[in-house]
Amino acid sequence: MKLLRKLAWIILLTVAALSAMASVLSTSGYATQFREETSAAPSRQHWLGTDELGRDRFARLLYGTRISLGLAPVAALLATALAAAIGGGAGYLGGRWQRGMTVMIDLFLCLPWLFLLVIARAMLPLNVSPMVSVLVTFGLLGALGWAGPARVVAASVAALRDSECVLQARAVGTTEWRILLRHIFPRLLPILSAQFLILVPVFVLSEANLGMLGLGVAEPLPSWGSLLREMESLYGLTSAPWRLVPLGLLMLVVNSLQLVMGDEETSA
Amino acid sequence: MRTILLRNAMGFLTTVLLGGFLAATLVRLAPGFDVDESQLDPRLGVSSVEYLRQGRQAHRNIVAFYMRYWRKALHGDLGESQMYSRPVSELIRERAWTTVRIAGMGLAAAWVISLGLAIVVCKSRKRTVDVGTMFTAGTLLSVPAAAIGLLTVMVEGSAAIAIALIVSPRLYRYCRNLLACAYELPHILAARARGISETRILLFHALPSCGRSLLALGGVSVSIAIGAAIPVEALCNLSGIGQLAWQSALARDLPLLVTITILVTVTTLAANSCAEIVSEALHLPQS
Repeated sequence: MKLLRKLAWIILLTVAALSAMASVLSTSGYATQFREETSAAPSRQHWLGTDELGRDRFARLLYGTRISLGLAPVAALLATALAAAIGGGAGYLGGRWQRGMTVMIDLFLCLPWLFLLVIARAMLPLNVSPMVSVLVTFGLLGALGWAGPARVVAASVAALRDSECVLQARAVGTTEWRILLRHIFPRLLPILSAQFLILVPVFVLSEANLGMLGLGVAEPLPSWGSLLREMESLYGLTSAPWRLVPLGLLMLVVNSLQLVMGDEETSA
Repeated sequence: MRTILLRNAMGFLTTVLLGGFLAATLVRLAPGFDVDESQLDPRLGVSSVEYLRQGRQAHRNIVAFYMRYWRKALHGDLGESQMYSRPVSELIRERAWTTVRIAGMGLAAAWVISLGLAIVVCKSRKRTVDVGTMFTAGTLLSVPAAAIGLLTVMVEGSAAIAIALIVSPRLYRYCRNLLACAYELPHILAARARGISETRILLFHALPSCGRSLLALGGVSVSIAIGAAIPVEALCNLSGIGQLAWQSALARDLPLLVTITILVTVTTLAANSCAEIVSEALHLPQS
């Protein structure tokens, strides 16, 4: 398994590096149209062919990977920070604060994740500039994804609150803020990092699902969701198999993330 | 038992009421809530536009809307869809069967596949089989639900198969881990050492040991199946509740959206409560 995890890290770093060098590796921009070459098959000039609007698929894949793979961790970071603040606060204060938070978490978790996302995303402006749509999509993932991790964090903080080191710190007159920052937070870091790594693949897939439903990143900006949307016009798996390359890359990245995540979970 | 029933009932009621209110608030606060495309129709006169505007004004006060909604709902009136101009109850009734059928069949297939595979893997105790099934589950988990729906359409498979493919890898991982833990329990190791048949060990020792967790997973799996139904129905063009939820969210149809949210909340909570009550009724041991 160690070898597989190393391989997963190599894949992730390679994909991240390739997407970071999108402007160098691709011969055209993600929105550049080759109007005389619409829906073209792969060629030396266009490695993955062109889409219905004549845009180079390889360039769109690189830029789309940069957006999805770059912003999913940011959204996961936001969700983890919210979980740390809400769950940590409720767990430390205990009593009715923790009970109130449990009701809130139950409310969030009783609705299927995709249902909650679809409803919340549709409530936000749909006809916006591509950049705003990116912020709205990933901001929403970050804002709604805190509930599950918050439950774990609250339980851990509640256990730490009554631990011997915290009781001793309190006995020598350490302030509550100092206890939180110097004694509890460092012990939460492994849990928070594991929760962060669990959320990254979840958010990558959620963005892809939202994009396929037309609620993700707006055109002409590419993302894995909007790239997978092209599959709708496929009439069979054999008619244009190169259109499945984004799906293949997504699967490879998510599988690698899951392998890396397994490693982190074990160490946490 | 009475305490559990009471606790479930209270939790159920609170969550349903809060869930509906949350959905209604979200729609009310959404940008462009006050705007109705039909108001821009040049064929409409001033009085008609004013009538439409007043119709929207009735939904402005969210608390008043929600109170009115529940008062009518208790009398069987779930309001009228703004998008379809038809009673919400009629729309739900028309489409519910499609979702119940495909989600039910998909869920049943997913349970057969995942529990069956987990039993085979844990009984055989072969590492290659274990790694192979975990890899397959991991691969399926890395495909977006919407893509599974589309791929199923391409190979002319049914929507129930798509839902089974989305739900089963999630269930399989839990089932396999639960059974693997159960097979490590001292009394099961002792039963094996005494030469008791594998079938007897499975039915009378392993499954009851993790029965409570499996039942809880059963409750959660309903929620996963409902979530899976949204992209599958939307992309496979099936007129079910999932497609209706997607369309109502896009059209910001307040009465329809609130009803669907309450319906989904009720279904998932009922499934979870049923799982807990059945566990208590069967006196299953704590996992």
